[in-house]
Amino acid sequence: MRWLFIMLFTLVCASAQAEEVVLGLSQDRVQITATFDGDEILIFGAVKRETPIPEGDPLQVIITVAGPSESLTGYRKARRFGIWVNTDTVEVDRAPSFYAVATSARWDLVISDTEDLRHQISIPRAIRSVGAPMTISDAQSFTEAVIRIRSMSDLYQLREGTVQLDQQTLFRTALKMPANLTEGDYATRIFLTRGGRVVAQYDTVINVDKVGLERWLYDLSRHQPLTYGILSLAIAIFAGWSASAVFNVLRQGG
Amino acid sequence: MQIYLPIAEVSVNAFLLLGLGGVVGILSGMFGVGGGFLMTPLLFFIGIPPAVAVATEANQIVASSFSGVLAHFRRRTVDLKMGGVLLVGGLIGAALGVLVFNYLRSLGQVDLLVRLCYVVFLGIIGALMFIESLNAMRRSKAGSAPRRKRHTWVHGLPFKMRFRTSGLYISVIPPVLVGICVGILAAIMGVGGGFIMVPAMIYLLGMPTKVVVGTSLFQIIFVTGFTTLLHATTNYTVDMALAVLLLVGGVIGAQIGTRIGVYLKAEQLRILLALMVLAVCGKLALDLLLMPSELYSIGPAGGH
Repeated sequence: MRWLFIMLFTLVCASAQAEEVVLGLSQDRVQITATFDGDEILIFGAVKRETPIPEGDPLQVIITVAGPSESLTGYRKARRFGIWVNTDTVEVDRAPSFYAVATSARWDLVISDTEDLRHQISIPRAIRSVGAPMTISDAQSFTEAVIRIRSMSDLYQLREGTVQLDQQTLFRTALKMPANLTEGDYATRIFLTRGGRVVAQYDTVINVDKVGLERWLYDLSRHQPLTYGILSLAIAIFAGWSASAVFNVLRQGG
Repeated sequence: MQIYLPIAEVSVNAFLLLGLGGVVGILSGMFGVGGGFLMTPLLFFIGIPPAVAVATEANQIVASSFSGVLAHFRRRTVDLKMGGVLLVGGLIGAALGVLVFNYLRSLGQVDLLVRLCYVVFLGIIGALMFIESLNAMRRSKAGSAPRRKRHTWVHGLPFKMRFRTSGLYISVIPPVLVGICVGILAAIMGVGGGFIMVPAMIYLLGMPTKVVVGTSLFQIIFVTGFTTLLHATTNYTVDMALAVLLLVGGVIGAQIGTRIGVYLKAEQLRILLALMVLAVCGKLALDLLLMPSELYSIGPAGGH
């Protein structure tokens, strides 16, 4: 009896969401090796539905990938005593280390402002800054600066119209990840919208890890810093000694 | 070929780093300086975070100084006793320097401090060296070489000690003070401090020129080695991959540079070095004086 109830309940839930995302990733892991030079991930999928394609506003797709959030400090320079120094600081409580948004059409066509606010999809909404001191009246400009600086190194990307959508059913996009990635779990969200309203959401995770030598060096430097430091010195001493020895041999030979 | 640096967490071209190491190595071999004062600003320019650049450069200087000091040991031009005294000061200075560095890092002003140090010290040293070597050139043309044994206030201080290799009988206070100053600079600027140590040894302590470079290199190894360990254990900012790439280029370049240096006159070398020091100083000074194109910058949390 209980089983039947649960099954019925699931059925009701499923039918409440008429359109669902079935997702595929070309890879769900990004491995940062010593020669890592950025990566491209293909995100593709289909919209599953039991009913015919609804009439009215066409389906749109938004895909976001967010790196691990971190708090950071924004600095602003001003002229003091003739030189440019950091004078104002604002704490940004939460900013993803990487954030990419890809949409299937122009931004104002795919989502409304209220839905963006609720799901925190656009880049400015993904950053939260509340810790501005009283002396700074324009904390917003610090958030804008974070976006501007990170966009320049492709860490923040807004790619309107880069999701290809066929027959309101099949979608795909290629996501370029830059070389200066940090590791962590990259939350990946796919939103289906109609008329600016989110009708379905699907969440998954892409793992970004340092592997091999990178992993080993990084772990060593954090967990056994003394060993790491001594090893660095040993390498330096050895390199210095061997260069001197090799050139001595060359000189005596030549 | 791009290489991802595990600690700096940026991806850079491996050949660029090897080349930088090589060029700076050639210059340092020619002029008998560590080359840190050139390398650290260059690392800033290619986008390595300043904290990582400073700590890693200290590690690289260990390699180039060790390579250099071996040659001086063979020629017996290292004053071990003087080196030891300088070293005591150097280690105290390095510890102080890392403390100052970490404090300013928490204020978000470390970038400014490092740049200001560079501008001030490179400016002073470069100008002094330029004037001095111009005078020396004029003197050598005139044909007279005045040799004077000065007796200054330095010789009136207590705790005297005999330094046989240098042929000196002086107080240990000035060498310890020189050591402390250079240690602080080594930690803050990521340099060996040779460009300050060498003039100080010649003009302040009155050491004979032939033992100055070897002795300075000897103590720089230990001070920068100690600095590397301090940065590695407190800030985790030593990037081994970066250091290896730089020092491979650096040690080879240094050996080539030493050979080139033989063919140039001492005054010409010093004038060239002075001009180079002034050029780096000028570039950094302009960065401070002109309005930057981006007023904002991002740092890790925990500042305030």
